[in-house]
Amino acid sequence: MVTFIKTWKLNFIPPFLEPVLYLLALGFGLGGFIESVDGVPYANFIAPALVSISVMNASFFECTYTSFVRMYYLKTFDAMISTPISIEEVIAGELFWGATRSTIYATIMLPVLLIFGIIKMPSSLLIIPFAFLGGLLFSCIAMCFTALSPTIDTLNYPSFLFITPMFLFSGTFFPMDVLPLVVQYTALAILPLAHVVIISRELTLGVYSISLLASLIWILAATLIFFVISIKLMKKRLII
Amino acid sequence: MAVVLEAKNLEKRFKDFVAVNKINFKVKEGEVFGFLGPNGAGKTTTMKIIQCVSPKTSGDLKVFGLDVNEHPREIKQHMGVVPQMDNLDPDFSVIENLVQYSRYFDIPIEEAKKRANDLVNYVQLNDKKESSIDKLSGGMKRRLVLARAMINNPKLLILDEPTTGLDPQARHLIWEKLKDLSSRGITVILTTHYMEEAARLCDRIVIMDNGQILVEGTPKNLIKKYVGDHIIEAENTIEIKTCLEKNNIEYEVANESVEIYSENVPHITNLILKKCTSSSVTARPATLEDVFLKLTGRKLRE
Ligand SMILES: Nc1ncnc2c1ncn2[C@@H]1O[C@H](COP(=O)(O)OP(=O)(O)OP(=O)(O)O)[C@@H](O)[C@H]1O
Ligand SMILES: [Mg+2]
Repeated sequence: MVTFIKTWKLNFIPPFLEPVLYLLALGFGLGGFIESVDGVPYANFIAPALVSISVMNASFFECTYTSFVRMYYLKTFDAMISTPISIEEVIAGELFWGATRSTIYATIMLPVLLIFGIIKMPSSLLIIPFAFLGGLLFSCIAMCFTALSPTIDTLNYPSFLFITPMFLFSGTFFPMDVLPLVVQYTALAILPLAHVVIISRELTLGVYSISLLASLIWILAATLIFFVISIKLMKKRLII
Repeated sequence: MAVVLEAKNLEKRFKDFVAVNKINFKVKEGEVFGFLGPNGAGKTTTMKIIQCVSPKTSGDLKVFGLDVNEHPREIKQHMGVVPQMDNLDPDFSVIENLVQYSRYFDIPIEEAKKRANDLVNYVQLNDKKESSIDKLSGGMKRRLVLARAMINNPKLLILDEPTTGLDPQARHLIWEKLKDLSSRGITVILTTHYMEEAARLCDRIVIMDNGQILVEGTPKNLIKKYVGDHIIEAENTIEIKTCLEKNNIEYEVANESVEIYSENVPHITNLILKKCTSSSVTARPATLEDVFLKLTGRKLRE
């Protein structure tokens, strides 16, 4: 087996900066007008959503724009497949790297949220391994878009049409049960972030339900499916 | 000598378009083997099949006696590749590019660092070791790609237009390195548009056009066989042409001039000067370029 270690430098614009801004503006600003959501203070309610959004963004944008640049402009993948590494391994490397980024982002955010006192310990520590799984899911979905995108500009469509609605409607800033039932079910069926938020929230609040298990199964299944599809699509695009 | 590479009826299609049309060739161990051909002839496509990065449509291709479809990993382990387009990683410095690449061959890190340093020296980029890729000139990048191709101590080097766009100094340096590598027993396969380069470096060449191999042989023999020793050039005018035809002298039209392939320069030159024209007639040794133009025509390729 080929062991191959990625040593990409991280451009650390502190990844917690944006979530902290949201936390201050929404959690403590807007939260001042909202008593609580289902008995949970608003800041505590959105804290796990902010982690989930970071997990999503860290891997999704890595495996769309960054991977596209490496594939299309820099021909990095072409360089790699002329070594003993196969295309499957190259793409799997990208996917796992995206997941690693998500894990790093989540790990950095935890202490910040802990300082604000809005997450429970030690159950919140499970966010770290979970970020890897969630990150992998978004990496795999992102890589499918990358494989299908004719130009880098067409990657804007999934960003606006998939990521933005997901950012708003996945039980992130308001609970999903205020939505009509049909919308709720649709969201749960197709929005990966909804499941990542459900699990993250149960971990940071330290209360568990059967939803956690259901969402975990959903995420595992979706990750497996998109992992296989993304590698297939990339192979089809690059091996010609 | 052992055969390093053997292609039998090798074919590559992109949908309906035939890029490589059932070609046959053999490369022996230690040889420098050149592919010449106009733009779009199918050289890069052939190189990519050899590199095991583009699957053949049909036919047989064995590298080191191994089938390219079945043993790509083993083949790639012992092959070095200089692609037509540089694909260095701009996130890394010169030395880091080499070390990073060596990771893909599973070379232990200490050994990788040692090889990277030796190779930077070898291609004379010592001053630029820590430079970022963006700050290298085209020639420096090309040298670095050559160094990168050597990181796994390959038995076979594939170079797709290694010297295109380089100044004479950089080109000579690459030639020197390729000769050195070849003298150490490494088999080299290269493509080029420079006939002089092919004539100097290659033990054997093939000329490709439209996906097919037109001819194969040593540069010397090809020149002898298809053009002869010398070429006499005269002005391309109606008078000269009719005069040549009257005297049963075969000629080729080359834009501004007519060219006569000949073994007997003084005889023909005198004849033309006496009977056809008083304007300039020149004679020069035939080159591979003459063979190339004769076989592939003078029309521009898309
Ligand atoms: N991925 C592809 N899809 C479709 N056609 C292709 C593809 N790659 C190459 N071709 C076609 O195959 C033919 C051979 O291309 P190739 O790149 O092998 O030429 P070449 O001999 O290397 O030319 P050059 O000297 O310009 O580098 C060309 O007509 C090219 O348009
Ligand atoms: Mg080419």
